[in-house]
Amino acid sequence: MARNAKGGDAASAADRDVELLELYRRMLIVRRAEERLSQMFADGEVPGFIHLSIGQEAVPVGVCAALRLEDTLASNHRGHGHALAKGLDLERFFLEVMGRAEGVCGGRGGSMHIADMGVGMLGANGIVGAGLPIAAGSALAHQVRRTGGVAVAFFGDGAMAEGTLHETLNLAALWHLPMLFVCEDNGWGEFSPTSRQFTGDLIALAGAFGIDAATVDGNDVAAVARAASKVVAAARDGCPQVLRCVTNRVHGHYEGDPQRYRDPADLETLPNHDPLRRCAAKLGADDVAKVTAEVEDRIAAAVAAARAGTEPDIARARADVYSPCEAAHG
Amino acid sequence: MAETRFGKAIGQALADAMRDDPDVVLFGEDVAVPGGPFGVTRGLLDAFGPERVRDTPISEATIVGAAVGAAIGGLKPVVEIMFMDFCGIAMDAIVNQAAKARFMFGGQCSVPMVLRTPHGAGVGAGPQHSQCLEAWFAHIPGLRVVCPSNAADAYGLLRTAIDHPDPVIFVENKSLYAAKGDLPENAGPIPLGRLRVAREGADVTVVAYGAAVGTALTAADALAADGVSAEVLDLRSIQPWDEAGVLASLAKTHRLVVVHEAVEAFGVGAEIAARMADVGFDELDAPIVRVGAPFMPVAFAPNVEAAYLPGAAQVAAAVRRTLE
Ligand SMILES: Cc1ncc(C[n+]2csc(CCOP(=O)(O)OP(=O)(O)O)c2C)c(N)n1
Ligand SMILES: [Mg+2]
Repeated sequence: MARNAKGGDAASAADRDVELLELYRRMLIVRRAEERLSQMFADGEVPGFIHLSIGQEAVPVGVCAALRLEDTLASNHRGHGHALAKGLDLERFFLEVMGRAEGVCGGRGGSMHIADMGVGMLGANGIVGAGLPIAAGSALAHQVRRTGGVAVAFFGDGAMAEGTLHETLNLAALWHLPMLFVCEDNGWGEFSPTSRQFTGDLIALAGAFGIDAATVDGNDVAAVARAASKVVAAARDGCPQVLRCVTNRVHGHYEGDPQRYRDPADLETLPNHDPLRRCAAKLGADDVAKVTAEVEDRIAAAVAAARAGTEPDIARARADVYSPCEAAHG
Repeated sequence: MAETRFGKAIGQALADAMRDDPDVVLFGEDVAVPGGPFGVTRGLLDAFGPERVRDTPISEATIVGAAVGAAIGGLKPVVEIMFMDFCGIAMDAIVNQAAKARFMFGGQCSVPMVLRTPHGAGVGAGPQHSQCLEAWFAHIPGLRVVCPSNAADAYGLLRTAIDHPDPVIFVENKSLYAAKGDLPENAGPIPLGRLRVAREGADVTVVAYGAAVGTALTAADALAADGVSAEVLDLRSIQPWDEAGVLASLAKTHRLVVVHEAVEAFGVGAEIAARMADVGFDELDAPIVRVGAPFMPVAFAPNVEAAYLPGAAQVAAAVRRTLE
């Protein structure tokens, strides 16, 4: 069944302002970038394997709208939205995913390990659940160094069964860390529904640790942004928070996954819940057309530039196994 | 020069590093209020306060994962895993996060953290609290592995490890904690990757690290009585290890024995032997001999544990084999 949590506020006049258009623009960047990647992957232009967040864009965009540059986030394997919403440069994004030397990680990380420390994006992660303690450590650094920053962990509903979530909830509560846990609850972990993997309830779980938790309609970008600004403020004050965003994974687990395990009737209803479509319905058609043209130009330019990227070389890669000041440290 | 226990020297290094650098923070199970399971961190909570010295819950994966995030965030965390055997639970954070971040993010960040952990048998702790697993970590590009044999080295190597920009696994043999040694008043950092000649000799080179250095020195005493002059090298750090230093000694003695407490098979000694059989081939007058524990877990029964530990007699016998 397509997933939409209750509690998505009805469209209010306040939604129809410039801010909503900006949120739409950011979602559209993620959407068009991933649609482009999907095609490039099919064409063999993007190596490895990639996990797209098409259908889930309201979550990273809504949450990151509440963040500052100095705030940090740890992501998971489905991290393109987190990276772009936090401000990672589009061109260096494409370069990285294509495995180019000029990519943000020098082509070392690719889609599943993309990071940009300059914008506080601490990394996508190939290990389910691994980003949670890293975000907690980042929150600890914010706390001890008095940066005023917040650390966010984005994780999927599949990670609820990993011990690191349970450990990190405890640690965050115990140490009053400025940390936000964002669960992107798309109902699936790879090819199995979460209902066959997890008997718990995230909200109750957070409550067991004394952590405030809320569920929001993760397909309503304005609702996510509103909820995020509230929970980010609380987290900044040292009250860790959980925000569960109910959303839908439209593409397969990875590109090329034919999703034979999904009910075709469900897949057919997904467009009705599309966060971009829902957002666009609240905006003026002219505005949407203008933003669309602008975003499409930006994507086309970024891809064209990325295609001019060069292949990284192994000697340069080897030089980054350890820090360069190695000699000074023996 | 003051006589100090090995464990105390480690505590001193932590205190001095915390005094010199406000970014150094300490966390682990029972390290703050209780002062550490072996008393190593006693007094640090009082000296530096609860923000920088923290007890954690029993959550090894998250202790190390949080150290990675904290290190990327600008702190220099020193975390403790109570027994090296427990690293199994934290292995992802060590191997896939700490060791990889610098490389996979294209050199955007380093991970200046230290993971302190005790290894070693001899205290009746049984199969799950006695292992020497340093070879696991030495096998992972991106990690540094250090294992001191005495108080002064423990101090100097730990100071270096804390200031090091990359993740360092700092291994402490638990049988050494009470051992006394001299700690110079103005002790400073000791670089990684440079061995120490623990005893000069002419006939055979014996390479060891950690508590096995003591075993090698005892063997060297016994051999000296028989007119055999053994040179004992203390590696100090395993990753990187001082290949040039070992080769220089081999060029003098032409015989090599490698000793460690870890099981012999697939261990640190195998790497050293393989390298010396390659780059030192022309220097060798005898096969390289390894001395390590037998390929079995550590047993609880004191007599079996004692028989398991490689002793000085085994080292002396190995040396004699190279002289046959
Ligand atoms: C530790 C670990 N176990 C298993 C996997 C394989 N794996 C990759 S993604 C995934 C499902 C994750 O589901 P979820 O967290 O809900 O994220 P989603 O893919 O739905 O966005 C699995 C099992 C992995 N990468 N890491
Ligand atoms: Mg999921």
